[in-house]
Amino acid sequence: MEWPGRSAAGQGFCACHVCGLVSRLEQDDLAARCPRCNTRLHFRRPDSLHRCWAFLIAAYILYIPANLMIMMETGTLISYRKDTILSGVIHLWHNGNPGIAVIVFIASILVPLFKLVVLTLLLVSVRRGSTWGIKHRILLYRIVELVGRWSMLDIFVVTLLAALVQIQSFATVRAGSGAIAFGAVVVLTMFAAMEFDPRLMWDPLRKEREL
Amino acid sequence: MPEPHKTLIACHECDLLLREIPLPQGKAACCCCCGATLYRNLPDSINRSLALTVAAAILYLIANSFPILGINLQGNGNAVTLLQAVHDLWNQDMPLVSSLTFITAILVPALELCLMLYLLLPLYRGHLLPGTSQVMRLLQTIKPWGMVEVFMLGILVSLVKLVQDFKIIPGVALWSFGGLTLLLAALASSFNPRDVWMHLDIKQRREGL
Ligand SMILES: [Zn+2]
Repeated sequence: MEWPGRSAAGQGFCACHVCGLVSRLEQDDLAARCPRCNTRLHFRRPDSLHRCWAFLIAAYILYIPANLMIMMETGTLISYRKDTILSGVIHLWHNGNPGIAVIVFIASILVPLFKLVVLTLLLVSVRRGSTWGIKHRILLYRIVELVGRWSMLDIFVVTLLAALVQIQSFATVRAGSGAIAFGAVVVLTMFAAMEFDPRLMWDPLRKEREL
Repeated sequence: MPEPHKTLIACHECDLLLREIPLPQGKAACCCCCGATLYRNLPDSINRSLALTVAAAILYLIANSFPILGINLQGNGNAVTLLQAVHDLWNQDMPLVSSLTFITAILVPALELCLMLYLLLPLYRGHLLPGTSQVMRLLQTIKPWGMVEVFMLGILVSLVKLVQDFKIIPGVALWSFGGLTLLLAALASSFNPRDVWMHLDIKQRREGL
């Protein structure tokens, strides 16, 4: 696709990311503030790619313990189980409600994996100045922004079950340390997605046109 | 010093420079390049948002004061409110997970409702309190971390997991959280930040003269 007009940054204009007001800004004015709401103005999010990479790499590292360590321990009179995220989903599929198993599978396994892969793809494509498939990339970015929060589902389920199922000697549920790593992955990928500036994806197209 | 422009706007997703046009009521303007929603013209936005915020605040208080679920097994039972659940998890040596739930399901939604009241109550009478732009910035920053709707799904998943082994006693807070989820969704689609900025513009112009 072709860039249809002029970009604000190309014309020396900068939109405030809080109130949206467009102001004319000198290229080297680093201390500039929005005349309406006093927010610091930037043509692009400062250090967007570096910060996004930092959060993303931390999330990749914690993704391993989040999936290998125990998420939840369940003890009853007749049985005792330790579940990771995946084994919990499989158990739910066989001994409960397959529909709920699918929901938990999507929220806890598919969504975090999708976020990690898509953010990596977006970062690499911006780094290489790619103009390829911009419509698809912007769609992927929007999906990441939209679905990221739903991964918190398992954290809430663990909180509720661990607090509620405390019936002495009959049934107890305890949160495992996998929950800590998993919560950290969700938070870190959310930070990574917030740091990514989508306008960077359009800059190569704009430069192609405006040269 | 940056010089503001009166009629230009820029798309927040692709940075395309566009001229602002007046919109008919209830319509939204979309970017012609990437399709992002630029701004909306919502009828009666302040009144509706205020009504929804007050209703949501009441439901929030109910949802946090009563038990969400109770379980019963051969005469032994347990029931918890959200705050108790967070507190219990803290005492089970899970401070990080418990804080995460506290922030996303209790603290941020409460802060969001308080800030909205701070903005909307005076706006209802046509004026603004000091610190409006800071409040707007804070609202934007905390918004992604308020997760009442995800928590609601968490309650439902927990319910299904528990229903095989226990007798379930649904609590008042279960229904309140359901209602709160709906009200917050309605609030998000009725509140128009541009109304606040427009009032701030008028206020600043009046003070400038
Ligand atoms: Zn756009």
